[in-house]
Amino acid sequence: MRLKRVSFGDRLLLYFIYAFLILLSFSALYPFWNAFVVSFNEGMDTSRGGITFWPRVFTWDNYDVVFQDNKLINGFLISFYRTIVGTVSATLMTAILAYGMTRSFLMGRKFYMIFFIFTMYFGGGLIPNFLLIRSLGLMDNFLVFIIPGLISVWNMIIFRTFFKGLPAGLEESAQVDGCSTWGIFFRIILPLSGPVIATLGLFTAIAHWNDWFVPSIYITNPDLLPVQTILRRLLNSNIIELSGLPNDVISKINSARTFTSKSLTSATMMVVTLPIIIVYPFVQKYFVKGVLIGSLKE
Amino acid sequence: MSGTTTNKPHPSSSPGLKSLKKTNPFRRFWKQIDVQLMVFPGILLVFVFSYIPMYGVLTAFMDYNVFTAHRIFENPWVGFKHFEAFFNAPNFDQIMRNTIVISLLKFFIGFPAPIVLALMLNEVRHMVFKRIVQTITYLPHFMSWVIVGGLVMSLLSTDNGSVNILLKGIGAIDEPINFLSLKEYFWTILISTNVWKEIGFASIVYLAAIAGVDPHMYEAAEIDGASKLKQIFHITIPSIMPVIIIFMILAMGSLLNAGFEDILILASNPILRPVSDVLDVYVYRIGLQNQRYSFAVAIGLFKAVISVGLLTMANYLARKAGSSLW
Repeated sequence: MRLKRVSFGDRLLLYFIYAFLILLSFSALYPFWNAFVVSFNEGMDTSRGGITFWPRVFTWDNYDVVFQDNKLINGFLISFYRTIVGTVSATLMTAILAYGMTRSFLMGRKFYMIFFIFTMYFGGGLIPNFLLIRSLGLMDNFLVFIIPGLISVWNMIIFRTFFKGLPAGLEESAQVDGCSTWGIFFRIILPLSGPVIATLGLFTAIAHWNDWFVPSIYITNPDLLPVQTILRRLLNSNIIELSGLPNDVISKINSARTFTSKSLTSATMMVVTLPIIIVYPFVQKYFVKGVLIGSLKE
Repeated sequence: MSGTTTNKPHPSSSPGLKSLKKTNPFRRFWKQIDVQLMVFPGILLVFVFSYIPMYGVLTAFMDYNVFTAHRIFENPWVGFKHFEAFFNAPNFDQIMRNTIVISLLKFFIGFPAPIVLALMLNEVRHMVFKRIVQTITYLPHFMSWVIVGGLVMSLLSTDNGSVNILLKGIGAIDEPINFLSLKEYFWTILISTNVWKEIGFASIVYLAAIAGVDPHMYEAAEIDGASKLKQIFHITIPSIMPVIIIFMILAMGSLLNAGFEDILILASNPILRPVSDVLDVYVYRIGLQNQRYSFAVAIGLFKAVISVGLLTMANYLARKAGSSLW
């Protein structure tokens, strides 16, 4: 511990910084907290105003209604399903590609690399992509969530950089023992790549969970809509009837007059956010690592 | 197997390889078919989902919409008709203005904000406090735009919106303002929301750069009696300048990306279109909602060509400055 006199100016600067950081943290948390509070307050009471830090008329009813909404429940299942299938398949496919691309004897390697990197500069854009997906028969198909995202060139480059940094001796000895390239990949490379797989896998999973746009243009069948897209429609329409609630619940809502679309969408938002909030503290270090890997030059 | 001929021996790197290399590429290819099979699915997927759409941009030079022939190449070629139509469209100026103004606002406000945050966090000696601030400010980055939009709508609404409650409480307004349906507030809301969402997460790289600054420099400065502020401006900022420059150049490369998801979500009210329509959003609306495919592709291509130019230039500059995107 260093003991030294802190000048008046430095102290003032430090107070200013602490005050600013506290204000910034408050502003980052408050919107979540307020929506959380509103979701636990009776809807009609909320529209009288004044609900900020604490509920006035506490109720579980908003959540009761949300969990009876069949469309939302189905949306959750779709979201979970696509997140798991999409993350596992995309991470594996991208890692396999990346490992192949590290092999120096790979014929056409330079050409392949240019082929991949070019797509980071130029793309066909929204409409040609849409026409392609339509002609491939992926409209209203669960696979539209999975297949187009299997390869991420950016992640491939990060994987490749990581694999190149692994000690070459391990692979050599495995080769001497007669292990095939695929065997080396699955038995030696993958088990050593835990951190990078966790990092890229988490980013992929978050992207899957948060995606609302792809389903909004490619999916018309309401049974295939993930929860984010449903929530977006609820937020835009403010119509309770749009939901997948059983009729008796709707008539109860209409007669009780204690719900508003605001109280119900707040509860829905909380439920959609919850999975991320729950895993976030545990995986935060991987996210930070991920940014730093991504910004390292090759 | 001899490990002396090459650094990384492989089943195919037998002593006969050198002669094989010259004589028979097909046999050499066949010998490494296992590795080729590793990259083949990736190549196929990227070909289908990235290159075929590039070929699809040719529809910008045709008359192709939802009513014309379903097979793309049965449609007539029309040259630059759609480009001209867009350049002469009554809302062309408006869209270009919005695109450029929003990009520049994002660049001049959104780019320096995380640097300032990193500099501030670096001055915090209380490690627990620092970690808490970091954890909290990173969080919004992981929320979807749907959630962020929902939170913004909730905060700004006239029905128990906290911003209106606050403004009323301090006596700034008498009646709640419906912020998200008034054009004059849109840019402020859009930029603030973006900064709010990304400031924490974007500060990570700058914090890492600051961590690499030689601590002896600060000690020497302290002995010389330099104030904290002087140290920030004369040691920290110059030391992380290379990182700032790289990220600034890369941000310039995407200057036409004024936003897409954020604008779609926050400007869901059509009243806002005169201030919220940027190129990408306009392509979406014309193409997917009005189904004028060729016209939309032409606008998208116009943007993509400028973007490639900007990105190539940015990457060239970044390479000159000592780093590059890859």
